[in-house]
Amino acid sequence: MAVSLREYRARIKSTESMKKITRAMELIAASRIIKAQQRAQAAAPYARELTRAVSAVATYSNVDHPLTREQEDPKRAAVLVITSDRGLAGAYSSSVIKETERLAERLRAEGKELDFYLAGRKAEAYFKFRGRPYVQAWTGFSDQPTYDKAAEIGAALIEAFLKEQGEDGDVDEVHVVYTRFRSMLTQEPTAIRLLPLEVVEGEEAPEADELLPLYEFEPSAAQVLDGLLPQYVQSRIFYALLQAAASELAARQKAMKSATDNAEELIKKLTRIANQARQAGITQEISEIVGGVNALADAQAAND
Amino acid sequence: MADTTVEHLHVELVAADRTVWSGEAAMIIARTLEGDIGVLRGHAPTLSLLSASVVEIQVANSNQLVVVAVDGGFLSVANDRVSILAERVELAEDIEVSQARIDLEEAKRLLDSSNEAEQRVRHAEARIRAAEKVS
Repeated sequence: MAVSLREYRARIKSTESMKKITRAMELIAASRIIKAQQRAQAAAPYARELTRAVSAVATYSNVDHPLTREQEDPKRAAVLVITSDRGLAGAYSSSVIKETERLAERLRAEGKELDFYLAGRKAEAYFKFRGRPYVQAWTGFSDQPTYDKAAEIGAALIEAFLKEQGEDGDVDEVHVVYTRFRSMLTQEPTAIRLLPLEVVEGEEAPEADELLPLYEFEPSAAQVLDGLLPQYVQSRIFYALLQAAASELAARQKAMKSATDNAEELIKKLTRIANQARQAGITQEISEIVGGVNALADAQAAND
Repeated sequence: MADTTVEHLHVELVAADRTVWSGEAAMIIARTLEGDIGVLRGHAPTLSLLSASVVEIQVANSNQLVVVAVDGGFLSVANDRVSILAERVELAEDIEVSQARIDLEEAKRLLDSSNEAEQRVRHAEARIRAAEKVS
């Protein structure tokens, strides 16, 4: 018996209180995840209508807009990395960062230099700790992003994208790495190219004999596009943030659930060892008493 | 485009983070960058940018009027289906006039120093107008 019974009891107690904390965090994450999903659902109509409008303009007019124009010889790419602000969410942030590294390697192999834009304290800490440069970081909203934040990020990225090649801070492509929320059980880190935009043409391809609904554009097709596309970009970023938020909470819930389960396991194991130690103590005491009695009896027998 | 089976306009009024109002309407009045526009059934397909202004929706089969303030965005009409999208949409009933007035004063003060202030002034004015319309 290496450790005394008292010490086992203390360890059980501390594991128990740890279990209470992880259990509470699990429940909090579980209740927030519903809200996060509702938010993602509430934002869907906006994205849907916007996509419909953009594809309407793209289908019924000739699109040529700076935001959709491919640079002939892309030299620099911006990467927006969306991670969480807080840890205790399992491998959530590190798998996003891993995906980022993969993407960065691919882009570097294509001969592009990279500018990093970060969302979430974890990404910022990762870059700061390694002394790697980044252009801008936004923090403090990872589990409930607002549209304003998405608009802010979008504005910064669009500004960098629209600069002429050779200008300071210019990028020719914008990529986003975020975690897609598939279900409560699976979330996968995903990298998408945000800019230049690839506009999906036509919601339903018009029949040959069908008359195209001829849209009237006010003030003009070009100006409408000017107004639409930045909003489209921002709504895509908002969508990515919402997905990331739901994924973060799901990852946290899962991590905390397994932490709670592990604590339970540990408590069981420690209780067993403690009982063993207690029994061993009792057995020893009994054998000591019996031994003592025997010795006394032997001594008396010898005296008689 | 007039379809006899559809008697009213189907309207989706959507903000960036939620659907504000959706349903059947008899008429919509909004203000685009070029001026006021009224949409009735059978309107030609249109896509136009809105200015920060008040949008009025006359609900079908009732006297109810939905009044909202938008901060821009756009309006698209096709096949008697109207969608109005803006980053920020507020129902007139939810607008606090006193807060809107404070915002207006603040935006006016910044008018010389920032380009965004003009947009903010228009938005604040639209909110006040919308709130006054329902009261």
